[in-house]
Amino acid sequence: MVTNNIEEYKGVYVFAQQVDNEISGIALELLGKGKELAAKLETEVTAVLIGYNVKGLADKLAEYGADKVILVDDPELETYRTEPYAHALASVIEKYKPEIVLVGATAIGRDLGPTVSARVQTGLTADCTVLEIGDFPLVAIPGQEQKHNQLLMTRPAFGGNTIATIACPDNRPQMATVRPGVMQKIAPIAGAKAVIEEYNPGFTPNNKYVTIKEVVKAVSDTVDIMDAKILVSGGRGVGSAENFKILEDLAEVLGGTVSCSRAVVDNGWKPKDLQVGQTGKTVRPQIYFAIGISGAIQHVAGMEESDLIVAINKDETAPIFDVADYGIVGDLNKIVPALTEQLKAAKAEKAAN
Amino acid sequence: MDFTLSKEHEMARQLFKEFAENEVKPLAQEVDETETFPRETVEKMAKYGFMGIPVPKEYGGQGCDTLTYAMCVEELSKVCATTGVIVSAHTSLCIDPIMTFGTEEQKQKYVPDLASGRKIGAFGLTEPGAGTDAQGQQTKAVLDGDEWVINGSKCFITNGKEADVYIVIAVTGIVEKRGRKMKEISSFIVEKGTPGFTFGTKEKKMGIKGSSTYELIFTDCRIPKENMLGKQGAGFKIAMHTLDGGRIGIASQALGIAEGALERTVAYTKERKQFGKSISGFQNTQFQLADMATKVEAAKMLVYKAARKKDEYKTNPKISYSVEAAMAKLYAAEVAMEVTTKAVQLHGGYGYIREYEVERMMRDAKITEIYEGTSEVQRMVISADLLK
Amino acid sequence: MKIVVCIKQVPDTKGGVKFNPDGTLDRGAMLAIMNPDDKAGLEAALKLKDEFGAEVTVLTMGLPKAADALREALAMGADNAILVTDRVLGGADTWATSTTIAGALRNIDYDLIITGRQAIDGDTAQVGPQIAEHLGLPVISYAQDIKVEGDKVIVQRQYDDRYHVVEAKMPCLITALSELNKPRYMTPGGIFDACKAEITTWGRADLKDVDDSNLGLKGSPTKIAKASDKVRKGAGEKIVPDSPEDGAAYIVAKFKEKHII
Repeated sequence: MVTNNIEEYKGVYVFAQQVDNEISGIALELLGKGKELAAKLETEVTAVLIGYNVKGLADKLAEYGADKVILVDDPELETYRTEPYAHALASVIEKYKPEIVLVGATAIGRDLGPTVSARVQTGLTADCTVLEIGDFPLVAIPGQEQKHNQLLMTRPAFGGNTIATIACPDNRPQMATVRPGVMQKIAPIAGAKAVIEEYNPGFTPNNKYVTIKEVVKAVSDTVDIMDAKILVSGGRGVGSAENFKILEDLAEVLGGTVSCSRAVVDNGWKPKDLQVGQTGKTVRPQIYFAIGISGAIQHVAGMEESDLIVAINKDETAPIFDVADYGIVGDLNKIVPALTEQLKAAKAEKAAN
Repeated sequence: MDFTLSKEHEMARQLFKEFAENEVKPLAQEVDETETFPRETVEKMAKYGFMGIPVPKEYGGQGCDTLTYAMCVEELSKVCATTGVIVSAHTSLCIDPIMTFGTEEQKQKYVPDLASGRKIGAFGLTEPGAGTDAQGQQTKAVLDGDEWVINGSKCFITNGKEADVYIVIAVTGIVEKRGRKMKEISSFIVEKGTPGFTFGTKEKKMGIKGSSTYELIFTDCRIPKENMLGKQGAGFKIAMHTLDGGRIGIASQALGIAEGALERTVAYTKERKQFGKSISGFQNTQFQLADMATKVEAAKMLVYKAARKKDEYKTNPKISYSVEAAMAKLYAAEVAMEVTTKAVQLHGGYGYIREYEVERMMRDAKITEIYEGTSEVQRMVISADLLK
Repeated sequence: MKIVVCIKQVPDTKGGVKFNPDGTLDRGAMLAIMNPDDKAGLEAALKLKDEFGAEVTVLTMGLPKAADALREALAMGADNAILVTDRVLGGADTWATSTTIAGALRNIDYDLIITGRQAIDGDTAQVGPQIAEHLGLPVISYAQDIKVEGDKVIVQRQYDDRYHVVEAKMPCLITALSELNKPRYMTPGGIFDACKAEITTWGRADLKDVDDSNLGLKGSPTKIAKASDKVRKGAGEKIVPDSPEDGAAYIVAKFKEKHII
């Protein structure tokens, strides 16, 4: 399967995900990346805004770098459903023929992306963390055409243990879903305006339309530490049940969850279901803070698969430092509150931008 | 001679391993410390057919072979020897004699409930004055009309009080054999709840603490005549045959304990650092581990061979597997004791404290040299066959 | 009701990923298992079987050894198993894989197709929705609860901060999350039966309405430009800061570097 007339496909398109009439952060991140790619390709960035009564969001997209906004606005698109959304995005692709389409690797994008790519008959690379423009093959191979200005999409696989760079040389558009939080938004340009083009391909419900009977928003519940993306884990070194407060403050700033070592459970400072380790739970969060935890093998066995391990311990020879990516030797009672404050400040600074 | 496991057995091992890791291991320490019979685990095992592995499907079992059953006890015992012996006593000492010696009515009445795990089984042979010497039996059964009336007691009974169906050995008279007066011994099926059948105190043990070990007390306990298992006077043969099978179960338990201790010791010696390197880097550790692994492997061969022999017996009752079972049990039990002792030693001080499972494993291992025939009894069985 | 569950055999990463001495992944040292999301999908199907007496067929595409995953499914209680295997199918990306599986599914009757959300080796989450697209079926991804009422399914569809209760008419395709349930174990007797059971094996010729240009490596629009195994991580950096503030600043700087904040 190859796409005919590949040279007709132009421009970088971004699916501007919105939920409840609010632009998702990933859409802005994709615009930032899209702008960079478009510059290399000497083309424009177009945001595809799909929803109902969402025209008002177009200005924000312009501020974050969209040169053009294609608006698909229809009552059928009020709440995300695979079918009308896939029809909307696929129709835009068929009509406007973009060379690149970026979609956020969210619970929406990871459903919409594959459906649309199958419909428009092209490849899709999932959960990308790096996007570049380059040659395919990377190095010219005699007897094989080396194509230039290709989208090179890099993604982790195998639970992050391998990485692969993927191209889509013979089909258009080149589609990627992109991990949220990886690409950078641009500093917004106040008052920027984009060309808005309204397009409605027509929506006729068919067998693929499902009915949404209810929308249930999550109420913050006690999180299972095995599901937590960020764990702030304390050990014997924390000293008391009361002193876990400083860990809770840190967890709150990061949107994380507090967990602990066995010694903490044995001392009755925390319940058993928060225990990490051989006799507790095995966790693999994106970030694991080991605070006042010496790092006995029984504990390490339960957390060594974490993506990033930060250890804070006053004992320089504590074995936890053997598995930590970043280790800080010092008094946790001083470092943890300082860290919480600085993270708060960093967040506030970012929000202000 | 084929030493590779079939696809079935590979998959079954994977199943038992996963189940043991996920469902049994997390409770092992608590079961030991609180001396609690793991009722919920038994219910889970029942759900997945573990309580009737070698039982034909028409009697509600899984229709698998003895090797599969042995592997189940082995994998359970790797993480919790208590759980291993519950399955072993239930399967080998209760279901097996009913399947082998029971009438069709008895099989229909008892086996489906036992094999599905709706009911648990136990076996009562040992008495305060009659352990290894079965002729020392004091429990009596007297026929009164259509009922047998049992009086006496049995001690150290595994699954006692938790079980629903008990195989009970009792003296039913005196017979003359070659001019000597001998006790005539018979076996019976006794259900929990029968008037006159009560329990004594729970034994406090060194190991397998979650296994429920009770005295069974019979005081004018009346059971229907048709609850005699096998012929009158066949009780000794039934008991010995049952123990032959039971020994395969205990040998599997011992093998599992040894394997569990070896696994943990290998992991520990790789992690534990002394004098700047892992203790697995020291030759003493390496040689100890090598000896442990070799003995475990040898024990496994004996246990699997005995299990295979019992399967052959199922198709040809002329085959005896009692020597194989005795060898497997003797060797696996002694290896379990030796390997767990070395495991504790290699753990150093940590091996002596409860947090590290090898402490429990060493205590659990000891019973395998004692019950269902001590190591000395196994040697008697083996040498008697050699010198016959 | 007829349910088809699509499963994949993947290397187990749960017990930690194994590496060769040169730092590359040692795939051979890792156990091959049924992909966890797929297993949750199978359990959901088996629950519907328990409830409604559904007939459950498991289907996989892979090397001949993928039959092991099918046997596991049979030992858990699935009724039939289909292995799609052919040399020409090798090297397929999600487009070619979904095309192949759709081609196989066109041969069978179904009311419901269940796939896992994603496989732990590729993590793409694409094959399920793409199969639905090829077959013209409604798709409900990320199912955290599945109920059947008459000819309809009612599914809790998970999103980042909410879930939708979605109703669809069968036939349809659902992708299951491993949070959906705790899959049952096999039974020993089930294993013995599964090892005797016949597994239907289909090759290229058995795929219906599929063009060769959409199959295998050649039919895959995405091409690998470069692949590398990440080197195993050892101890990272350790600092002894002059003050607590310096220590905190060090972490904040690292987090910024990694775009964590």
